[in-house]
Amino acid sequence: MSQTIIEPVSESADVSNEPLLQIRDLEVGFQTQHGIVPAVRGVSLTLYSGQTLAIVGESGSGKTTTAQAIIKLLAGTGKITAGQVLFEGRDLSALSEKQMQDVRGRLIGYVPQDPMSNLNPVWNIGFQVEEAIKANNVAQGKAARQRTIQVLQEAGLSDAEDRLKQFPHQFSGGMRQRVLIGIGLSARPKLLIADEPTSALDVTVQRQILDHLGTLTRDYGTSVLFITHDLGLAAERAEQLVVMFKGKIVESGPSQEILANPQHPYTQRLVAAAPSLASRRIQSAKHADGEGADIFSGGSLDTTLVARAAEREAPPEAKDLISVQNISKLYRIRTKGLRYNELLAVNDVSFGIKKGTTTALVGESGSGKSTVAKLILQLESITSGQIEFDGQDVAGLKGAALLKFRRRVQPVFQDPYGSLDPQYNVGNTIAEPLLAHKIGTSAERQARVRELLDQVSLPWATRYRYPSELSGGQRQRIAVARALALKPDVLVLDEAVSALDVLVQGQILNLLTELQTELGLTYLFITHDLAVVRLVADNVCVMQKGKIVETASTDEVFDSPREAYTQELLAAIPGGNFEFGR
Amino acid sequence: MPNKNPNAQTHYVAALEETPVETVDRLDESQKARSTWADAWDAMRVRPTFWISSALILLIVIVALFPSLFAQVSPTQCELGDSHDGPADGHPLGFTRQGCDIYARIIFGTQASVTVGLLATMLVTFTGIVVGSLAGYYGGILDAIVSRIGDIFFAVPTVLGAIVLMSVLPERTPVTIALVLSLFAWPQIARIMRGAVLSARNSDYVTASVALGVSKFRILLRHVIPNSIAPVIVIATVSLGTFIVAEATLSFLGIGLPPDIMSWGNDIDAAKSSLRTNPQVLLYPAAALSVTVLAFLMLGDVVRDALDPEARARR
Repeated sequence: MSQTIIEPVSESADVSNEPLLQIRDLEVGFQTQHGIVPAVRGVSLTLYSGQTLAIVGESGSGKTTTAQAIIKLLAGTGKITAGQVLFEGRDLSALSEKQMQDVRGRLIGYVPQDPMSNLNPVWNIGFQVEEAIKANNVAQGKAARQRTIQVLQEAGLSDAEDRLKQFPHQFSGGMRQRVLIGIGLSARPKLLIADEPTSALDVTVQRQILDHLGTLTRDYGTSVLFITHDLGLAAERAEQLVVMFKGKIVESGPSQEILANPQHPYTQRLVAAAPSLASRRIQSAKHADGEGADIFSGGSLDTTLVARAAEREAPPEAKDLISVQNISKLYRIRTKGLRYNELLAVNDVSFGIKKGTTTALVGESGSGKSTVAKLILQLESITSGQIEFDGQDVAGLKGAALLKFRRRVQPVFQDPYGSLDPQYNVGNTIAEPLLAHKIGTSAERQARVRELLDQVSLPWATRYRYPSELSGGQRQRIAVARALALKPDVLVLDEAVSALDVLVQGQILNLLTELQTELGLTYLFITHDLAVVRLVADNVCVMQKGKIVETASTDEVFDSPREAYTQELLAAIPGGNFEFGR
Repeated sequence: MPNKNPNAQTHYVAALEETPVETVDRLDESQKARSTWADAWDAMRVRPTFWISSALILLIVIVALFPSLFAQVSPTQCELGDSHDGPADGHPLGFTRQGCDIYARIIFGTQASVTVGLLATMLVTFTGIVVGSLAGYYGGILDAIVSRIGDIFFAVPTVLGAIVLMSVLPERTPVTIALVLSLFAWPQIARIMRGAVLSARNSDYVTASVALGVSKFRILLRHVIPNSIAPVIVIATVSLGTFIVAEATLSFLGIGLPPDIMSWGNDIDAAKSSLRTNPQVLLYPAAALSVTVLAFLMLGDVVRDALDPEARARR
């Protein structure tokens, strides 16, 4: 693998002693009905010319707000309540809106988070880049068009000239992000603020974009302020690191030093929970020392996630609980009139899952991994092939037999905000499967809900809550509790932890492992994140374009990947081989 | 990292007292549990408009149910000698051309107007919800047929359709007017319901329920309809006012309620001949109509603000 050594990214020759950006005791608050709610509380940081600095933190930690405060683009009612933002010695927080316009784009470039919504769908790409170039007075008229092509080519769109007239919907996510980076760098700013520039992209695309951004900024000596939730990315791409928690800086300094030797308990926890290729499979606490670990206790995460990863007993050889043989799924997409385009979403896929084990299905977007989940759950019908569950062919199950199958195979979906009915309180949500299958009396169902809430470590009082009052992680725990209500044999987890912050993700993975040992569950774990796979899976199937390209045990896949595609995926994980200090 | 860079910064660690570490993702038990409807109630409760419109509507409903509590004078005992007289003792608003008490006629006319409004709204809402949710949820041929039928009725303006139909009906009562109006007005609600159901049908929580083994019809009843009903409630509150106006329009045109049933529309119709000589005869029933419609529109406005998720997010 090529990414084994992590080098400091930019050691620019142009090193002056005057800091480019200096933030002093910055405070940002949002005006609400109940007064000003602080979002950033006394943040100070320094960035020198040519350096790369990463701000990491969980959602709600104030990292994006800090970045937006620099260029005074705070959302809604946000405003700077105290402190200074010195850019080349000039206090930006005191500038007028008119003066700020001159700073934005020309001196400080900004790459927003979501490439899907940050390009205007009604204008072509060329127009939008040219607009930025003209607004910043880089070039006008014919020269602006020339510059547009140049900017896009620099951003990695080789056929830029032919693509100028195309619209955002004709570009993939990665290409759109390149356009946004091109716009951000079009005026050769001294500082580029990149807010989660690659979090919506596949790992291989992410790597290309980050490499490209690195080359560009190194060439021009641009300083970069990265905002990310990914510690691996920070370790690999930034020399300086700022860790934020609840609007405050908890730790800052050279990134590799911090990540190798975190001092603050919060950073230690973050680092411990960060999945990386150097991790091992999570072992059940109950398995290891015979007593339940409280997933809330501060120190338990690092121990359960990694340290107890010594060895896992080989699961007993048994027949496959789920056996998938040569399944395919063909979608017919209507194009014009009565014509159809055929899309083979799943192409001749076979694998088996043994009872009590976890099989991970890994692939990038569009690889067909979620379709496989739907086929196994009988939410879509297979075009050809066979799925056997416990020795029984499940295709075309109907009525009572289908209901019986559904009782034993339960799903947990990706989006913890969408998979719970907003009108139902938690108690009713968890009791719903029991009610649907007419199990028990009302009192018995209540008792079961209580037991389930306890299993996912939520207090009994949670039953009256509505999903909108719960955090993403709490909702996902409710979804797991609902899935467990019928005492199923199999859980199909479709990107079940992808939307969660790293600590919460660690907590859920831990919980899943505990439950697996306790209840003998079998998991089909669908994800795009190979680092997470390392933590939970016994076996891995790597999917690409509807096909399985590699199937092996987790250790085999990670230690000696056979297929080029698997190697590429592994190499693309940011900071994949960085040895985090645990 | 080798410290070659003169600008390399020192490793800073915040004091633990200032940045206490908390347990991961703990449930905040200090807050009270809130459902969407409880949230909506809280949002409405603080709006003066809500209380004003509710008080008005309550008053109107009480007047419609017990008109004799409010007017001691009979609206049908008219002395021609009082024709076009101004306000007198016991007759605060004066007399019509026929010598009837204007105040008493307005009070007793409330019943017909409100009956038509409420009945038509209930019919339209019920039909719209049933038709719209079935079409949106089951889709396919059912959806195609129901939607086209809806389009046909939608193409006919409600009042025009009602004029044609009312002119051939043998009997004209508040109930028949409500029936006729709802016959032409249900597609609007059905369309809105269908759209809301279509988006709710594809949500993850519905897929989750399917995978849990919940039956299709039960999912429609327990998950899809409760999550689609908010926009319908908003439109229904607003349309209540428009139905009252439609009844008045039909009565004004002489094909609504027959003259022996008191209604504001009939009174406005009767007043048009004396508009120039004695405008108060027209003014008071028209004002009653306006206030009633305004009350329902104001309520509809508050309800929309409370139930609209985007308006909620802005708060």
